[in-house]
Amino acid sequence: MRYLPQTNAARKEMMETIGISNVDELFCQVPDKAFIDGKANVPDHKGELEVERIMQSYADQNVDALTNRFFLGAGVYFHHVPASVDYIIQRSEFLTAYTPYQPEIAQGTLQYLFEFQTMIAQITGQEVANASLYDGATAMGEAALMAMRITRRDKVCYANEIHPQYVEVTETYLNNNDAKSYSAKEDPSNIEDDTACVIVQSPDFFGKPHAYDAWRKACDEKGALLVVVINEIVSLGLLPAPADADIVCGEAQSIGVAMSYGGPHLGFFACRQKYIRQMPGRVCGETIDADGKRGYVLTLSTREQHIRREKATSNICTNQGLCALAFTVHMALLGEDGFKDLARINHEKACQLADSVTSIDGISLANDTFFNEIAVKLPAGKSAPKLVQDLADQNIIAGYAANEDTLLIAVTEIATEGGMKALTEAIKGAL
Amino acid sequence: MTNAAALNDNMDIDTMEIQDDTRGLHYDENLLYEKERCDRPGVDLPPPEGTPLRTGFEARGDIGLSQVSEPQVVRHFVRLSTKNYSIDSGFFPLGSCTMKHNPRINEKNARIAGFAHIHPMQPESTVQGALAVMHDLQGWLAELTGLPGVCLTPAAGAHGELAGVMTIARAHELQGNTHKKVMLVPDSAHGTNPATAAMCGFDIRVIPTKETGRVTVEAFKEALGDGNDVAGMMVTNPNTCGLFETDIAEIVDLLHDAGGYFYCDGANFNALVGKIRPGDFGVDVMHLNLHKTFSTPHGGGGPGSGPICVAESLRPYIPSPLVLKEGDTYRLERDGERETQCGRLKGFQGQFGMHVRALSYMLSHGADGLKQVSEDAVLNANYIQASLKDDFHAPFEGPMMHEALFTEKYQKEHGVTTLDIAKGLIEYGMHPMTVYFPLVVNGAMLIEPTETEGKDAIDRFIDVMKKLAADARNGDVEKFHNYPQSAPTKRLDEVTAARQPKLRWSEA
Repeated sequence: MRYLPQTNAARKEMMETIGISNVDELFCQVPDKAFIDGKANVPDHKGELEVERIMQSYADQNVDALTNRFFLGAGVYFHHVPASVDYIIQRSEFLTAYTPYQPEIAQGTLQYLFEFQTMIAQITGQEVANASLYDGATAMGEAALMAMRITRRDKVCYANEIHPQYVEVTETYLNNNDAKSYSAKEDPSNIEDDTACVIVQSPDFFGKPHAYDAWRKACDEKGALLVVVINEIVSLGLLPAPADADIVCGEAQSIGVAMSYGGPHLGFFACRQKYIRQMPGRVCGETIDADGKRGYVLTLSTREQHIRREKATSNICTNQGLCALAFTVHMALLGEDGFKDLARINHEKACQLADSVTSIDGISLANDTFFNEIAVKLPAGKSAPKLVQDLADQNIIAGYAANEDTLLIAVTEIATEGGMKALTEAIKGAL
Repeated sequence: MTNAAALNDNMDIDTMEIQDDTRGLHYDENLLYEKERCDRPGVDLPPPEGTPLRTGFEARGDIGLSQVSEPQVVRHFVRLSTKNYSIDSGFFPLGSCTMKHNPRINEKNARIAGFAHIHPMQPESTVQGALAVMHDLQGWLAELTGLPGVCLTPAAGAHGELAGVMTIARAHELQGNTHKKVMLVPDSAHGTNPATAAMCGFDIRVIPTKETGRVTVEAFKEALGDGNDVAGMMVTNPNTCGLFETDIAEIVDLLHDAGGYFYCDGANFNALVGKIRPGDFGVDVMHLNLHKTFSTPHGGGGPGSGPICVAESLRPYIPSPLVLKEGDTYRLERDGERETQCGRLKGFQGQFGMHVRALSYMLSHGADGLKQVSEDAVLNANYIQASLKDDFHAPFEGPMMHEALFTEKYQKEHGVTTLDIAKGLIEYGMHPMTVYFPLVVNGAMLIEPTETEGKDAIDRFIDVMKKLAADARNGDVEKFHNYPQSAPTKRLDEVTAARQPKLRWSEA
């Protein structure tokens, strides 16, 4: 009851003002059958210490990345987050604010969103970005719908190996609109007529970076938009920016946001300036106040549901504001040089791990090129899912079994030489 | 010295004039990009070894990011934070948004390594505790709503709506009801309702509610027609006018007879939690905003979490994956395990960090506390309604649920609008109520105090509102139009922002 400030005396006084003698009189319009008889069938309230112990006992049953050997990626990455990031995002003024509908008393939120949009636009090589979407998978779904609105076509092409959950979510969004999809199987000449957009993921689900020029050319020939999906945003500190794409979207969890069993993460969405009125989600823009002083507001709201209702570009309103702040603070700390160094370190660790793991007899890389995640082909007859489970039983999270004989192993700046050696030994032992 | 550096020092080097409005505790803070570039970043990383790249590409060139030291970064964001109003700093009566106290124990728990640092694709044997949290949360939500099927995946309220409407669409599809293409939506609904129904391919038919603020049986029958083409109805209950839908039982019976499903927008569940179960007044599917009713922070616009709860009849169709318990073991639904489901809506298992926070909150409040939550929330709103009824026009007959609703009618006679009242509240150090929503009354002011305010805070709000009403009666229109004077900025030009969108910083 510690969250309830109202005293019994105050309740009584207030009831007198209203003119009732029992609070139930206020619920008189609710059908009798809907009232809970007595109390809901859940336990009564508990003190903070007890709640802490209960939640800790749940957490104790999990094998966490912090205190165990951990090499899993596949779209979610375990990076180090500077301590300042969490202190900033836990400031009450950020944590407990609402969506900035009253800009005069929300300039803190609005200015960091403007900075976030700038960072995303720069990193993706795009002209503009929005203030975030739920996650990478829904961002890709929204990108497909946006391309369909712009081209007035209803066919979506998956260019290469895209994260399977991103495809699943996009398929869900497409099904709602009776739209179709197909795979180009990594060959731009497979793009069909009347395609709304071609979606390229880079690095792809198997960790391989891709070039965009052949896709760009093929898209131009067919009048389709080029959508690039990034789910390890740190890669853009080393790989070329997809500046020629029409839309770049994906997942930015790697910067500032914990893995947290899959959410909350940070969907991002960037595109060309000419498409902003078709863009989904909230956008912050610069303006001036009555004194001519610079300030920021949520803008282009005529795309949104509270104005356009059923004609809105998307139904999204609450997005991932605080995760966008975490990203912005972390990226501000990294800065230009730090971001690029971080990317380089990730790649160098992956190179080390690749050399180490391929020293095991019968193991080879599925792709010669990679960023911070390698796809490892296991020796004939060895099962990747079994290997993952065997190592998990030793509290080593070895990676993701992408199929029967392929293991995806991710390394970030957190991986140590000792840890990578231990992983190699453990794989050797389990095979 | 560069211009950017001058800005950073808040001073023009030539004239020695202070160029910004930093005074006392009011900070004028420039953009990160306008600060003097530091020759090293705000993190210390080991230098890369310079080994040859195996990416297949040259290393990327200049990105254009800023570069500042750690102390500067911290000061920058702390200064920005001082420009924000938040529930921790004061009364935040934003209707339909349930700005209640966000307990810090929730934050602490979400940061336990066993929750924060686990990966959604880890083997299930290594995340039994996380699956148990989700399973137990499913159980709490099912019990509180009276709706036994729970899917925790949706990322926010609007995403929950999408999940719910897709569930209805899938049910009709598999039952062969392809002719059911219409969703009934009252004109008082949140904009997300028609937007969501349209995303799912439904046609919208509007139920007018202007007269009484409620959906009447007559208006419903008119919209339903013979019901042949009606897939369902999306109604917020309590509705966006702060009222309980008095005829809901009869309306739902008619809807069900016509083969339609009742989608209840759960944005206002705070009026019912622990006391009334929506499943028992006929709801078939409902989303809950964990960031409203269950105290997870709004974070300046997310992350939220919008689980859906459904009746037994719709359970086969809800999105995957659900968390299942077999013996003492928890697991996620496997691909293809439930062919009737309507699809995957989000990567992985939803906003798990929010699930941890919400469960912490529920454990803290328990059955007894949650019942008191809805009673105090409704009591507080009705106290405001009763206290302000002579000063502001109340459009509808109460009692209210957890929100008070007024219009600008009395003030408009003196040239003062709802927007002026809102900006006046800012001048008095409070966050405004929700304004101009619902759309069914002119100049709406929707006030939601929540249960985490005591009488003293509410009385202070009432005093300020009465003062603003008196000022309006005295005709000091000019003063109102210039509100706020004391906030970090004055009124902002939103028209120019939209006409000439400038959405990012770029080098001049």
